[in-house]
Amino acid sequence: MTESKISIDPITRLEGHGKIEIFLDDDGKPEDAVLQVPELRGFEKFSQGRKAEEMPRITERICGVCPEAHHFASTKALDGAFSATPPQTALDLRELLYNSYIFADHLLHLFYLGGPDFLVEDGKKAERNIVGVINSLGEETGKKVINARRLGHEAIEIIGGHQIHPVTGVPGGLSQGITSDEKEQLISIGESVVDFARETLDLFREKVINTEKFGSLLDNPEYSLNTYYMGLVDSQENVSFYDGDLKIVDPGGEEFLKTSTSKAMELLEERVEPWTYVKFPYLKEVGWKDFRAGENSGVFRVGPLARLNVAEKMKTGLAQEEYERYVNHFDGTPVHQTYAYHWARLIEMVQAAERINELASKEGITGNNLRSPVKEPGEGVGVIEAARGTLIHGYSLDGEGLVESSNMIVPTTSNSAALSMSIKRAALDSLEDGMSDEQVLNQVEMGFRPYDPCLACATHSVDGGLDIGLNVYNSEGELIKEIER
Amino acid sequence: MEFEPKLIGFLCKWCSSAGADLAGVSRKSYPPNLVPITVNCSGRIDVSQIVKAFKDGADGVLVSGCHPGDCHYTSGNYKTWRRVALLKHVLDDFGLDPDRVRLEWISATEGEKFAQTVEDFTAEIKELGPGPFRDVKK
Amino acid sequence: MSKNKKKIGAYWASSCGGCDVALLGLHERILELLDFAEIAFWPAATDFKYDDLKGYGNNELDVTFFNGGIRTTENAEIAELLREKSKLLVAYGSCAHQGGIPGLANMSGKNELFDTVYKEIPTTNNPDGIIPQESIKKDGLTLNLPGLQERVRSLDRVVDVDYTVPGCPPPPELTEDFLELLINGELPEKGSVIAGSKTVCEECSREWNKESIDAFHRPQEVDIDPDKCLLDQGIICMGPVTRSGCDSSCPEVNMPCKGCFGPPSKVEDQGMEMLNSLASVLQVGEEGQALEQEKELLSNLPDPIGTFYTFSLSNSIFGGKVSEGGEND
Ligand code: SF4
Ligand code: SF4
Ligand code: SF4
Ligand code: FES
Repeated sequence: MTESKISIDPITRLEGHGKIEIFLDDDGKPEDAVLQVPELRGFEKFSQGRKAEEMPRITERICGVCPEAHHFASTKALDGAFSATPPQTALDLRELLYNSYIFADHLLHLFYLGGPDFLVEDGKKAERNIVGVINSLGEETGKKVINARRLGHEAIEIIGGHQIHPVTGVPGGLSQGITSDEKEQLISIGESVVDFARETLDLFREKVINTEKFGSLLDNPEYSLNTYYMGLVDSQENVSFYDGDLKIVDPGGEEFLKTSTSKAMELLEERVEPWTYVKFPYLKEVGWKDFRAGENSGVFRVGPLARLNVAEKMKTGLAQEEYERYVNHFDGTPVHQTYAYHWARLIEMVQAAERINELASKEGITGNNLRSPVKEPGEGVGVIEAARGTLIHGYSLDGEGLVESSNMIVPTTSNSAALSMSIKRAALDSLEDGMSDEQVLNQVEMGFRPYDPCLACATHSVDGGLDIGLNVYNSEGELIKEIER
Repeated sequence: MEFEPKLIGFLCKWCSSAGADLAGVSRKSYPPNLVPITVNCSGRIDVSQIVKAFKDGADGVLVSGCHPGDCHYTSGNYKTWRRVALLKHVLDDFGLDPDRVRLEWISATEGEKFAQTVEDFTAEIKELGPGPFRDVKK
Repeated sequence: MSKNKKKIGAYWASSCGGCDVALLGLHERILELLDFAEIAFWPAATDFKYDDLKGYGNNELDVTFFNGGIRTTENAEIAELLREKSKLLVAYGSCAHQGGIPGLANMSGKNELFDTVYKEIPTTNNPDGIIPQESIKKDGLTLNLPGLQERVRSLDRVVDVDYTVPGCPPPPELTEDFLELLINGELPEKGSVIAGSKTVCEECSREWNKESIDAFHRPQEVDIDPDKCLLDQGIICMGPVTRSGCDSSCPEVNMPCKGCFGPPSKVEDQGMEMLNSLASVLQVGEEGQALEQEKELLSNLPDPIGTFYTFSLSNSIFGGKVSEGGEND
């Protein structure tokens, strides 16, 4: 990348929360494309000086789409910082809430956000939302989808106190447990979501996975990036969302390292670019080699695709069956195809549903030993698998239990280098093919949807459909085309 | 030009306000910087009024009530005490020097003490310089 | 059919997106909503362009739900544009209502924010000290980012607001209440906050004796009695100075209220009101002795701003950090 000259020339104008700039060369051929993220809220700064126990409720306001992930990454960091291992009941309840979140969030993506690209036949823009999905799948299915999502949120509320922004995570445990009535409710939720998961598998096999449209995207080598992958695995090398060891595989699929999560911060560095508010994390040991994939570049990916690449199997039966079909389709892991994120997400949604069911009926779940005593405050790192990938919170506390410094590395940020590359690929291809504006935008959007980017985490946006704007410049630097949605 | 502090004084009607009157009647000389506001009891002072006084450009705020045990409403002044202590704690955190708020007990007979308090407080605030919102017109 | 439909807009400024998710949280109700209203602008859930918005006439949108605080120049511009295009502008959620948690950033200036995020955080590898710029030349071309304003502001500090639906995020029932009032033409007077009219304490099922407190405790330090008022147990709970409407949902799960609904009517500054309130329950002792107790009490009350202004710093009287001898708003 060339040297940056900085000119202070504040320009204010209307634009969205994410913007892509494309540069053409002398021949009018696309030369470069960058994704800009135009917002910053600065949680690391204003966490300083706060009481440690407030962090789970402060940091979840980073993102209203995955507050549960921030809430518990934060709570886990506090467990560490106060050397307080929660009692088993608290751990089970946290995991139960957590799987409900993964279930509901993956469902949201599959049916409301990314899925409509495939579920709505020749998706017209205006139809590519939940309403369009209901129109095309029928009202009965639509109601089931809405109901299943509601059930996920109900489970979250039972354990977390709120549907959005739960509050019960405290250092060393949970502030409150569940009653036997609530247990019954959770068991019935568990049964319903497993049924829903089974039906969803059939539906997606028929409407998406086995279709030519999706198949051709899935297998197109253009949409493949051979990066490193990072994610949690449990002691049996299963995909695990709430807890586990942190594992990284290289682009060849070999284990690059596996470590306790307390070391997470030491593995990464983040690069700053002057043209976007988002930072670009990379593997420290490999180093930053520009926006590039491959063995020698520290760029890595997180999220469903990554988790299925680092683990050896799924934790539950139905999910494992589908996982085997997935692995067969690709002749084994690692899978580098970016569109495989969608399929991996489906498999994970099934595992989450099955875990809700298992945990709800687990013995001792109504126990009231919910908190372990805290010890002297110190440093703590909390790692959890958010729906979109590995989320890391690291705090250092002073003797009074106030936050001295904090660092949060969020999945969309971790994916931001790869995301930029995927977007660039899609933008350059579609422009070269001389597509219409609308098609170019669709293409670009489809390029980033697999990641389900949550710019609320990095910054903003609920649907992974950031308010996208696309500017095209000629080699003279003149703006020749402005596409907005 | 020398900085002339703008001070607001919240004085309870039963003791301190009377004390201030006495200081006036007996022609005790004290600086003219303080704008007195009479309240029923120091316990009625809402801390946000004090904060607003600063926001409106005050450089210092004096809160004055009856001596402990003498409050017309029994314990209003104890409550004031707590409020001011808490307020100073918060002001410090906001970045405003807590010494800009002063709490005094002045009875109806203490004209002298009132004059002295205003003189001392004025001098102290002169030392501290203009308050943070001094020249902002709101 | 669509002629009589209300046109609804929704927008998020500097927010976490939770308020948008809360709107989706209406579940089936969202379908009913579509019977009487059409969504004319909602970037999070539908595909509308800013150009569409600019093309609308003044007041063409019947009601716009605005969530998120005003952090960037872009947030401010869109707030103004939406004000112009909307008959009713609703501050939706704590961020728009009172700045919300991101408003805590007002305890530092924007440069301090930049320094922490881009330079001081240990994982950041930034030897050249690069900070994102509002305008920068890259390969000879200019790239622009919206600028950060010095402070986060609540929506009403930027434009005129008609109604507020509070909460972080607002519970679905409140949103439904608002929509029902709207459909039936029964909205209360302009400026109203659509929630309860009492305090959280008045809805809380805990036994509240207004006991005097001789020490503050932090939740992890003590065993919390699930039936007794938290404040009575020395745990700071913002219930007494927070508007009702959430069914005291935090104290119900053994956690103190943090004040996300903002203060009840007539209270301007939630944090200051809490000081007034606390002063009444602190133990009052003899003069000399009290002073000592007072010091001890306060030493156990760290981070008062983070404690009393978790959600409302931005529209408190001071609005954020003040600096002696410096420039203040
Ligand atoms: S009010 Fe709460 S839920 Fe809504 S945007 Fe702000 S932080 Fe998110
Ligand atoms: S202070 Fe908190 S716990 Fe006590 S009654 Fe009020 S809301 Fe309930
Ligand atoms: S109890 Fe307080 S913090 Fe919790 S939801 Fe209600 S108003 Fe908000
Ligand atoms: S009447 Fe003077 S302080 Fe209460």
